[in-house]
Amino acid sequence: MPRSAFTADPPLLEMCGIGKSFPGVRALNDVALSLRGGEVLALVGENGAGKSTLIKMLGGAHQPDRGTIRVAGGAVELASPAAANAAGIGVIYQEFNLIPELSAWENIFLGREASWGFVRRKDERQQATKLFQQTGVDVPVDTPCGQLSIAQQQIVEIVKALSQDARLIVMDEPSAALTTQEVDRLFEMIRDLKRRGIGVIYISHRLDEVFEIADRVAVLRDGELVGEAPTHELTRQRMIEMMVGRNIEDEFPKRYHEIGLPRLVVCELQHPKLAEEISFEVRSGEVLGLTGLIGAGRTEVARLIFGADRATGGSISLDGVQLDIRGPRDAIRAGICLLTEDRKQQGLVLGAGVRENFGLPNLPELSSFGFVHGGQERAACDSFVKRLNVKISHPQQLTGNLSGGNQQKIVLAKWLQRNAAVVIFDEPTRGIDVGSKYEIYLLINELAEQGKAVVMISSELPEVLGMSDRLLVMHEGRVTGAIEDAAAATQEQIMELAAR
Amino acid sequence: MVNRNLTGSLVSRFLSDYGMLGVLLVLGGLFGVLTIREQHPTGADAGRQVANVIAERQGENARVLIVARDTSEDRLFSDAAAKQLEAIGATVLARVNGSPGDVRAAIEKIVADGDQINAIVANDVTAKWSVYDRFPSLGSAARVTPTPYFWPDFLKLSNLLGVANQTAIYAMIAIGMTMVIVSAGIDLSVGSLVALASVVAALVIRDGGGGAGAGVGMVVVGCLAGIAVCGAAGAFNGLMITVFQIPPFIVTLGMMMIASGLAFRLSDGRSISELPPSFLWLGGAQTLSVPNPVWLMLALYLVAHVIMSRMVFGRYVYAIGGNEEAARLSGVPVKRMLLTIYTICGALAGLGGIVLTSQLAAGDPKFGLMYELEVIAAVVVGGASLMGGRGKVFGTLIGAFIIAVIKNGMNLTNVDPFNQRIVLGAVLLMAVLLDTLRRRR
Repeated sequence: MPRSAFTADPPLLEMCGIGKSFPGVRALNDVALSLRGGEVLALVGENGAGKSTLIKMLGGAHQPDRGTIRVAGGAVELASPAAANAAGIGVIYQEFNLIPELSAWENIFLGREASWGFVRRKDERQQATKLFQQTGVDVPVDTPCGQLSIAQQQIVEIVKALSQDARLIVMDEPSAALTTQEVDRLFEMIRDLKRRGIGVIYISHRLDEVFEIADRVAVLRDGELVGEAPTHELTRQRMIEMMVGRNIEDEFPKRYHEIGLPRLVVCELQHPKLAEEISFEVRSGEVLGLTGLIGAGRTEVARLIFGADRATGGSISLDGVQLDIRGPRDAIRAGICLLTEDRKQQGLVLGAGVRENFGLPNLPELSSFGFVHGGQERAACDSFVKRLNVKISHPQQLTGNLSGGNQQKIVLAKWLQRNAAVVIFDEPTRGIDVGSKYEIYLLINELAEQGKAVVMISSELPEVLGMSDRLLVMHEGRVTGAIEDAAAATQEQIMELAAR
Repeated sequence: MVNRNLTGSLVSRFLSDYGMLGVLLVLGGLFGVLTIREQHPTGADAGRQVANVIAERQGENARVLIVARDTSEDRLFSDAAAKQLEAIGATVLARVNGSPGDVRAAIEKIVADGDQINAIVANDVTAKWSVYDRFPSLGSAARVTPTPYFWPDFLKLSNLLGVANQTAIYAMIAIGMTMVIVSAGIDLSVGSLVALASVVAALVIRDGGGGAGAGVGMVVVGCLAGIAVCGAAGAFNGLMITVFQIPPFIVTLGMMMIASGLAFRLSDGRSISELPPSFLWLGGAQTLSVPNPVWLMLALYLVAHVIMSRMVFGRYVYAIGGNEEAARLSGVPVKRMLLTIYTICGALAGLGGIVLTSQLAAGDPKFGLMYELEVIAAVVVGGASLMGGRGKVFGTLIGAFIIAVIKNGMNLTNVDPFNQRIVLGAVLLMAVLLDTLRRRR
């Protein structure tokens, strides 16, 4: 479409020649984007491509070094989050800005309480209820937000933005922690926003979603805009190639492995959070997919095996030897590793360097008489950094400053060094770009080929189907089905078991 | 380019870890300039210098009266002067180490003997005594004093060692506090533990070893008992924190009151001063002209630095403070570590109490008051984060010295004690502010 067709009606958002550098990194270079009201623009790209920086500019958290931002034709300077709100831009970050102890309506009006420091409880509560009704979603307005589900919290964030008269809503990976049904509901909301003439910028790593919801797609790579096109003109393959900058043959790499004898045998595992006893086994060279909706108890099973929570009954044995696991330390010593789903809260010490994080579970082997073998540790860490293609500027770099994909690789490295017999991955590719995903899949295959027992928990059905040999589906704390041949299974089959 | 980045980041890391060293040096320089005064040499060197002046002027004909006070420093002065004068063949008519009255008696005796004094060796104080005016016959005899020079009071070796000696106890306790704070905790009980250790050690030595006559063995037992009691109190803190998940602030606040109460109970609120000389050696004596507490402090800091930077223990402490859950899920024995950390902190507070008792030659339940705040201030000024995960052992040492230097400098420049507290509070806030600003960039 020729741009001149819209001269009468300036676009809702126009970003022009945007550039931004951080010490040592050029985050964005000459990026131009535009968005009309009622349009959904998907912003895709690998981690580190500059999406977050761009969003933070719109949210007023970062200021561009170069370039201009126009909202409805007028140049704006988004010097602070408040300025962004005033310009009608609402940004919903991956980590929500909700105060867990406050209720939905208190959060929505936080910082905008009227009249001399007194809260107009009634007014605010009524307004909030009305806004929720408009969105057609049922969220308890009085429950503390910490007790709401992730999906509900997201809706609170969206309503908060709407209550501030946002004309443009930016969503950063809104679906990352949602189940399929919740994503559907989110899409309904987005379509409703479109009808109301609100522009949406939608960031996601899940390309299926992009095809479903976006009118247009903009692809960022290494801080530059490498392509922009209406969604219907693009194929999935083409989009991935634009993001990665090279041809990708297959999303899920092939595996050449032999499945052997059972290694990990879980027998009648009990815990108050599980509705019934759980038993299963994982064989040598096998990838067992554990799937289901969020909250189905998959993570709980993993934590029980790893000793992060104490099982109230049941037994776990490895290679025929019964294990007495009282904590993660015992599990690690026995040869079980868990890559947690939440790498920032549970996987990494963000304020510590790459090498310190790498060494943490490996210090017993990398030390003698309590002294750390700095040289050995450095050599081992460096070799993994090279092998996993981790992009760091120096080995002392704080892991908090790395992109999500690189953080996950550090978590991988620290556990791979242990050479454990059982490796449990909990959502290993959540929030990770396509290129890094592929590398992680390759590693999972490599572990299986070495004869290890691998458990992979994932909510992304194509991933579970593409990577597993065998599948267990969970629903509300019980195993509702086992699929022996994952290659022959379909997504519908899994959903039926998961939502039973 | 990569290399420059690396060095650049190493330099900035060093600055963020030890940037306070620069502040300490600037403060030292500031007080160095502010406290420049006329200094009068004392001791043996001064005595020899004065004798040489007389030798130059009068040679063997000199008939000298030496006047000094009755102090060890002045005795050294007069001894050296007499020795040197005799060595060049001059005559020392009399040597006075005493009061103006003693001087008058000496001069009267010399005059009665018919001797003529033609030179008086004195120092800056004794030269100003008016006793000489009573004897007009002395008119021709010059009073020779050591040549004065200009030097900052602050930078006198004795002052610097004094500062170090006074800081040593805070600094020792601050090692344990650094570990606690790096692990994202806090220990408010250290001040009271100082008092408890002081009382326990003094009681064991008095009641078990017979007070001032106690043998070395019993002294050692007393010291170990004081440290062990405080270590046990620290372990109790650790247990409450790990097993019952009570916040460290509350647990150690409770222990602060309990330990203080125990110290008063055990001692009936009285000071215990029946202590043998062997016990006073630790806090009062010097080795190679440096006070023993300073040596002890330096040794502890070296060990602590190695533990925190080179050993698994230190790695675990930083990991727990940075992200306790991630540490636990990486196989770090979090509970055992916290228990150990609080035990070490308690034991070091106990050691601080022993040294203080030895320095002040008494066990007293009133010792250690507000030490916890002083020690926490040192750790924070030294760059540790109360959020945990960050802070260096030597940073804390620098922090302790920054506070000590400011206090000492203000004393030397006659700053009002009330104002001193205001300044110290402001310094603490400035340190945290600087740290926050540096991190924000």
